[in-house]
Amino acid sequence: MLRFLTGRLVKAILVILAIAALNFLLIRLAPGDPASVLAGEAGASDPKFVEQLREQFGLNEPLWKQLGLYLWKVAQFDFGYSYRNHVPVMQLILERLPATLLLMASSFVVSIALGVGFGALAAGVSFFDRARWLDPLIMAVALLFYATPLFWLALMMVIVFSVQLDWLPAFGMESVGANLKGLARAADIGKHLILPTLALSFFFMSVYVRLTRAAMMEVMMQDHVRTAFAKGMKPWRVLRRHVLRNALLPIVTFAGLQLGQVAGGAVLVETVFAWPGIGRLMFDALLQRDYQLLLGVFLVTSATVIAFNILTDVAYRFVDPRIRIGGGAK
Amino acid sequence: MTGFWSRYRRNLGGVIGLGLLAAVLVLALAAPLLFPVSPWQMRGAPLLAPLEETEFLLGTDMLGRDIAAGLAHGARVSLLVGTVSTLFAVLLGVGIGAPAGYFGGRIDDGLMRITEFFQTIPQLAMAIVLVAIFTPSLASIVLAIALVSWPPVARLVRAEVLSLREREFVEAAVVIGRPSWRILLDDILPNALPPVIVTATLMVATAILTEAALSFLGLGDKNFMSWGFMVGAARTMLREAPLLTVFPGIAILITVLAINLAGEGLNDALNPRLRERGE
Repeated sequence: MLRFLTGRLVKAILVILAIAALNFLLIRLAPGDPASVLAGEAGASDPKFVEQLREQFGLNEPLWKQLGLYLWKVAQFDFGYSYRNHVPVMQLILERLPATLLLMASSFVVSIALGVGFGALAAGVSFFDRARWLDPLIMAVALLFYATPLFWLALMMVIVFSVQLDWLPAFGMESVGANLKGLARAADIGKHLILPTLALSFFFMSVYVRLTRAAMMEVMMQDHVRTAFAKGMKPWRVLRRHVLRNALLPIVTFAGLQLGQVAGGAVLVETVFAWPGIGRLMFDALLQRDYQLLLGVFLVTSATVIAFNILTDVAYRFVDPRIRIGGGAK
Repeated sequence: MTGFWSRYRRNLGGVIGLGLLAAVLVLALAAPLLFPVSPWQMRGAPLLAPLEETEFLLGTDMLGRDIAAGLAHGARVSLLVGTVSTLFAVLLGVGIGAPAGYFGGRIDDGLMRITEFFQTIPQLAMAIVLVAIFTPSLASIVLAIALVSWPPVARLVRAEVLSLREREFVEAAVVIGRPSWRILLDDILPNALPPVIVTATLMVATAILTEAALSFLGLGDKNFMSWGFMVGAARTMLREAPLLTVFPGIAILITVLAINLAGEGLNDALNPRLRERGE
């Protein structure tokens, strides 16, 4: 396990450095002087700041030296300075990161729970030959959510649940000026979390519904399921222990692959709900043309996805006892 | 071809999808005829309700721009960006996946590492960065979407090529001394195409969603009206005029749904054996 984790961490660090190198390449390829690109729209009008950046990033040095300097800075978590906000980029990102982690994690759990639940239900009704109409209905709804633009669904939820029904808050993470403490504050955040989480979850839920159903249908036709029936096992038990358990494997794999998309979706959802995370920060960076901030958020978002990926790999170990991570039988 | 169509027809969803898609396509093609005036032009009183004035079928937005005209012209951008970016992504995916599968070894390892790298990066975030840095234009949007969406094609093509290169007709081609690139291009790739076509169809839908998301965030081409921009611009009027947000969103939804349905029909028609597996 330890060897597996170190291996994964080394690989993760290499990937993050590669993304940083990509960032560097983008700045060089962007139209215009790299120093003014780095300075952003506001900073570029300040010659002193531009000169300082030129110095700081060694922009008068040869290219390979610039790349080395850039990677060295990234390795020290120095992502530059946001001229607009008058703080280091890293500080801005760290302030906003918890909100995004909360949103991503809650939507990750909700989308898997709902998706696997409904997918298993859709497969189950044909398995038991009861209420068969549920299967096409669930699949149709899943397809509908799959085709719905995430940001638009979020806006529709604001119209229905905040504007029309006035059930849930539409903006922010906490009630402004409420100054709540302890449990009351947690409840307040929870209330603000509901709409963004659902908006971010439905698309991925629909993917899990389709995946779970397809995987279960395939497992159902295998011999060991017939054997389980033949030895008189109760159908529910067969479904849970033999079918769903085996169908979970592709789902975990897929969950890991989906994370990048969840992070991208978070940018849209945070923008709609004014959720104070790094997705919203990315949108603000766009508005302010603050490219150091934009690239910093991109790098941290990617790193977050990679970290979540390692977690799903570890989860794999618990779902599939056949896999002995880091040596042993493969 | 007749066999193809009779198989396609059996999927009701596929037929409906194709019909909807045809309708969107006609709307896109006819947009300059139906709405010759630029959709950016302020033509009526602001915030007219649908049919309040017969000239404006779906009403006007907060600046008095014709919503129906915006939807028709937006269809052009969505379909264009969706198909062209997918085309580039497929070319890129085939270019990377095919040699990886055919040559194997180090080439395979190297190319697959690159593919994995691009697959771990959050796609939308990278598209945002690319379009922002290279300034928003149709070209930068198309390239950004292509650049983030090719990895699944590469993996698919690689897997197909891997299984095809063991087949007898390929061995025969090797024996008669055909050069590798000819075998790959003439013998293997045509056979690997059907699943790629299905995947590409579905990718057009995803590309349309990505384009909409980019222009919603303000990264659209300012010379062309697009559905995502319309949603983004109407966002400030969510309380006063929710319909402004509703209409373009439904346009995206219908188009993406239609492509997905058509893609499933295509899948059934091209890979008839897969159907029985309940996939």
